[in-house]
Amino acid sequence: MGVSLVAVHDVLLGPPQAGFHTASVGDNCLLRNEWVCGEYVTTRQEQIVSAVGEHLSITLLSVGLGLLFAFPLALLARRSRLLRSVVMGASTVIYTIPSLALISVLLPVTGLSRTTVVVALGLYSITILVRNVVAGLDAVPEDVVDAAHGMGFARSRMLWRVQVPLALPSVFAGLRVATVSTIALATIGFLVGFGGLGGLINEGLGSNFRAQVLTAVVLCVVLAVLADLLLLALQKLMTPWTRGGAA
Amino acid sequence: MTGPLGDLVGYLGEPQSWQGTPGLLNRLIEHIGISALALLAATLVAVPLAVWLGHVGRGGVLAVNIGNAARAVPTFALLVLFVMLPDPLGVNTFSFVLALALFALPPLLTNTYVGMREVDRGVVDAARGVGMSGWQVVMRVELPLATPLLMTGVRLAAVQVVATATVLGLVGGGALGRIIASGFSNQDQGKILGSAIIVTLLALATEGLLAALEHRVRRRPGRPTADEGENPVPATTGRTVPTGV
Repeated sequence: MGVSLVAVHDVLLGPPQAGFHTASVGDNCLLRNEWVCGEYVTTRQEQIVSAVGEHLSITLLSVGLGLLFAFPLALLARRSRLLRSVVMGASTVIYTIPSLALISVLLPVTGLSRTTVVVALGLYSITILVRNVVAGLDAVPEDVVDAAHGMGFARSRMLWRVQVPLALPSVFAGLRVATVSTIALATIGFLVGFGGLGGLINEGLGSNFRAQVLTAVVLCVVLAVLADLLLLALQKLMTPWTRGGAA
Repeated sequence: MTGPLGDLVGYLGEPQSWQGTPGLLNRLIEHIGISALALLAATLVAVPLAVWLGHVGRGGVLAVNIGNAARAVPTFALLVLFVMLPDPLGVNTFSFVLALALFALPPLLTNTYVGMREVDRGVVDAARGVGMSGWQVVMRVELPLATPLLMTGVRLAAVQVVATATVLGLVGGGALGRIIASGFSNQDQGKILGSAIIVTLLALATEGLLAALEHRVRRRPGRPTADEGENPVPATTGRTVPTGV
């Protein structure tokens, strides 16, 4: 199970030669190593776009996997008191593990791969989402469930047509927290060579390239805010009954 | 024993792994020290501020939503920015403590503020009614009743700080993350695993210790629990005009 760590040296220490400052002679803000530099964005567009793409794909996969596992776990947790405390206890423990440590512990299993980052971030997403799914399902009013029973809803139909829709606001709240946290945490993935914008930040740190660091940091925050707004809009769309106050 | 487990046992069993400045013991002490310092600094700033905001009932939107905003900023990104900025920032303890403390602020602010606001208005009005000054109301009524949630804030902040302190090792700082980073650059599997497990144990111990403390605070006799605190008396009917004041 030997894992090759060869690539990490470069990842940690940045590129061997700091060619950035001489690469574009004439571009003054690059030469002066300024924090805000339009030339950086135009000359390295491809690199930035691919980092954003990697960042987004890691986020989507992690949160998607998180959601996929959180639902059955939440249903399991609602079966009994014991199962609930087991699921909740495990999720607290996992959530408490520092991201750097979790990635390190996964290394012997999944190696220097995107899988390592996705599994680590997916685990955090599960812990956030499972709580919100349980809380959302718990909050479904008893009489609504009774009414649906009376109308002859079977168990699975009850779940998907009555309980889950009513739990959506809580699920979306968890989804927003999980997504925003994942976008921020994904930067650490550079350690195993898949950090999206984190790769640019680390490379910029290694070569003291200010424009690259600031651009990547700002993009991280912008991505998180946009994702949050997008989820908020999606929530409004999927829960029309919550709009304009309860009638 | 071979494989990652063998590497791990080999690393942890080697006395040299624990000794000296780059050893586990020193890095663990650094980790605890810088985390405690940052937590203390954040508490000294956040708690009085949140208590005051909660007492006067202002700034709630900010106090409650600051956590959402902070989540969007990667800890690694902020640390990189800090160490690349000129004096007094840069690769120094001040930068590190400041960055860690900044990430500890949101849970402290939010929980203390909510704790203050959740104090039964009737109780606060009664305290005013018996002639307590604003300061007395804060110190004898509101703050004691808000303590359980304040402790939740301290626990969340402490866990956040311990996790973030690990990232210091990636930007030239010390603490246990330094060993993880050096493990990655030396391709030393045992070193990576060993230090990662120690960081994890430290984080879990922090969570467990502070959760136990929180539990004790909640159960202290004479203090209403969260359930009892939800007094059905509407805030307006409990309002009394202090007599003789």
